[in-house]
Amino acid sequence: MVQSLDRLKESPSQTAGPYAHIGLTPNFSGISGVYESDLGVAMVNEKTKGERIAVKIRVIDGSGTPLKDAVVEIWQADAAGLYNSPSEMRGAADPNFTGWGRQATDMATGECLFETVKPGRMPFPDGRLMAPHITIWIVARGINIGLHTRMYFGDEEAANAEDPVLARIEHRVRVATLIAPRDGDTYTFDIHLQGERETVFLDI
Amino acid sequence: MTERMSNRRPETGAFFRRDLNAHPPAYAPIYKTSVLRSPRRALLSLDGTLSEITGPVFGHNILGELDNDLIHNFAKPGESAIGPRIIVYGKVLDERGKGVSGALLEFWQANAGGRYRHKKEGYIAALDPNFGGCGRTITDEDGSYAFRTIQPGPYPWPNGPNDWRPAHIHFSIFGHGFAQRLITQMYFEGDPMIWQCPIVRTIPDRAAIERLVAALDMEATIPMDARAYKFDIVLRGRRSSLFENRLEGN
Ligand SMILES: [Fe+3]
Repeated sequence: MVQSLDRLKESPSQTAGPYAHIGLTPNFSGISGVYESDLGVAMVNEKTKGERIAVKIRVIDGSGTPLKDAVVEIWQADAAGLYNSPSEMRGAADPNFTGWGRQATDMATGECLFETVKPGRMPFPDGRLMAPHITIWIVARGINIGLHTRMYFGDEEAANAEDPVLARIEHRVRVATLIAPRDGDTYTFDIHLQGERETVFLDI
Repeated sequence: MTERMSNRRPETGAFFRRDLNAHPPAYAPIYKTSVLRSPRRALLSLDGTLSEITGPVFGHNILGELDNDLIHNFAKPGESAIGPRIIVYGKVLDERGKGVSGALLEFWQANAGGRYRHKKEGYIAALDPNFGGCGRTITDEDGSYAFRTIQPGPYPWPNGPNDWRPAHIHFSIFGHGFAQRLITQMYFEGDPMIWQCPIVRTIPDRAAIERLVAALDMEATIPMDARAYKFDIVLRGRRSSLFENRLEGN
């Protein structure tokens, strides 16, 4: 025998279920008067620095149907590439930008829309720069453990080409599953849970 | 969001590898909805970058006075929700056993009859006009939290021809890094429905399931008022840099 490392084990995940909206976006689900507003609906205000963009996300199941009961969270750096987090040691992020957003997908269309700013670049642990990207986390009925992925920007070809995370994707045809095309100020990102075009999900 | 939750030095290490064998697999056919909603390809493994070791932190300014009291936060003035009154308390810890301060917990549940306040809910049990079903709180410096609610009822759901959920409370937890993000469910000690539930049984390991079963704690009850259940939640631990970065270690 040897000494114990005294570690605990992470609590197991369970699906957010069909009624996650009650807990995560109660006003959206029709429960008003408990919270003033749903957390994460506003990421920016009139003083936020950087280029304003919209990000339109759909989560699509193995039959090609968009999920109408999902909750999507995004986490991203500000326009200068800094995170609004106590663990950000490189400097102070824009105080007018939360960096975190949460939306329920629309019950009719399955779309959700985030009004945000385009993030700056920041270093990978070895010092190389990552391309601008948004971290995405998805929960829904039928998803047993929240899914992590990233959205990169279609108009950042040069930065994407040298991104150390995209470079890790062995099957190069799958890189495109993480890149959102731009149309005007809106990026559209379709996340495929499975099938031919299954999005690259991350174990981080 | 900018408020620093603690006077501890912020942790900046990457997280311990997630033991996916202690979590439900994405594809678990006993839970039918997972079949078309499960990625089938290998996940891309990544050691934490800045995007995952950072995460949003929430200040107490977001909390309303009744956010941690589901018995009253939706009820008409002077009224309260129907059902067995309980306190749920515990700690949010990391895998190294340290309390996670400033963690936002959000919870939601059915009413005492097993009915959710939701448009898509199809169960015939009655709505309680004084019960909304959501609440939230933020952990103290040592990771402790508590809230008051009513014990939810079990409910049937469309999966097999006669599947019932055990009584449960859904929990969403933010730690200090986005890689710690977790949603899970709390079950109640002694409930025989736990072991019949397909969603519970998506977790492959009995010991892991038991970590989601809250213990009845008669020493923490409020006599003649509410019983108490203790539910600790463990988030992923963080590596600390013991040598090369000593000042930032811990
Ligand atoms: Fe439930």
